[in-house]
Amino acid sequence: MEFKRKADVTAGIPTASLPDIVFMLLIFFMVSTVFKESSGLPVVLPDARKIEKLQGKRNIAVIWADRSGNISIDDRLVEVNSIRNLVYNKVADPLHPMKLVSLRIDKEVKMGNVTDIQEELREVGGTALNINYSTRTAAD
Amino acid sequence: MALEKRKKEVEIPTSSLADIAFLLLVFFLVTTTVDVDKGLSLVLPEKGQETKVRQKNIASLLINAGGQIMLNEEPVELRQIKDRVRLMLQENPLLILSVKTDRNTRYDVYVDVIDQLKQANAPRISIAEPES
Repeated sequence: MEFKRKADVTAGIPTASLPDIVFMLLIFFMVSTVFKESSGLPVVLPDARKIEKLQGKRNIAVIWADRSGNISIDDRLVEVNSIRNLVYNKVADPLHPMKLVSLRIDKEVKMGNVTDIQEELREVGGTALNINYSTRTAAD
Repeated sequence: MALEKRKKEVEIPTSSLADIAFLLLVFFLVTTTVDVDKGLSLVLPEKGQETKVRQKNIASLLINAGGQIMLNEEPVELRQIKDRVRLMLQENPLLILSVKTDRNTRYDVYVDVIDQLKQANAPRISIAEPES
């Protein structure tokens, strides 16, 4: 009896579901991508150890303050006493109400200026009282 | 001669679908910036809200313009604050740490002090208005 030669089995990776997998990843990145909206001021952030990570970017307002006393919100240089109105508008925004203010302050700024900003935020009240001092992670 | 009519199957070619999807995927991978905002979170006191606190429940931290720190009227090194505050909190868990700065204090010293308090797990940190 003659043995039949085994038919050549083509071993291929099934690629039928490849687009599905790729699309799933694609959708994940599309949803999580936030295009950079503001570049802010050049600041050197202070270091800290016990830091917390902030959740999401959409509900955060960023206030920049550099060592020469400039203050910037949303890529515009502003005066200290106009922070009140700008932040109030963000808190009252019906679509993305602001939940937290991130302060990106240069480490050489004097506390007087920092307090002025904080006093403005206290004038607004509500969610503007939640602040975060942006820092870098300190190397041990 | 009989013409054989063949039914053609109409199909959208899907072989390049994966390529297109990969291209888009790479684009979003490259443009995604994952710089998470991180730092020390605090809640500012509300305006005009003054609560009377018993003196024994308050520990004051003063930072002067030169970056020197006083904890309850005695000078203290920055690195000692964490342990000192931890001991004080063991004695009195209701302790409020009141941080007071000078208008000329540097911001990084202030952040360092807040960081020390956070490391000591101080639950209540209060920011006093600086002296001008």
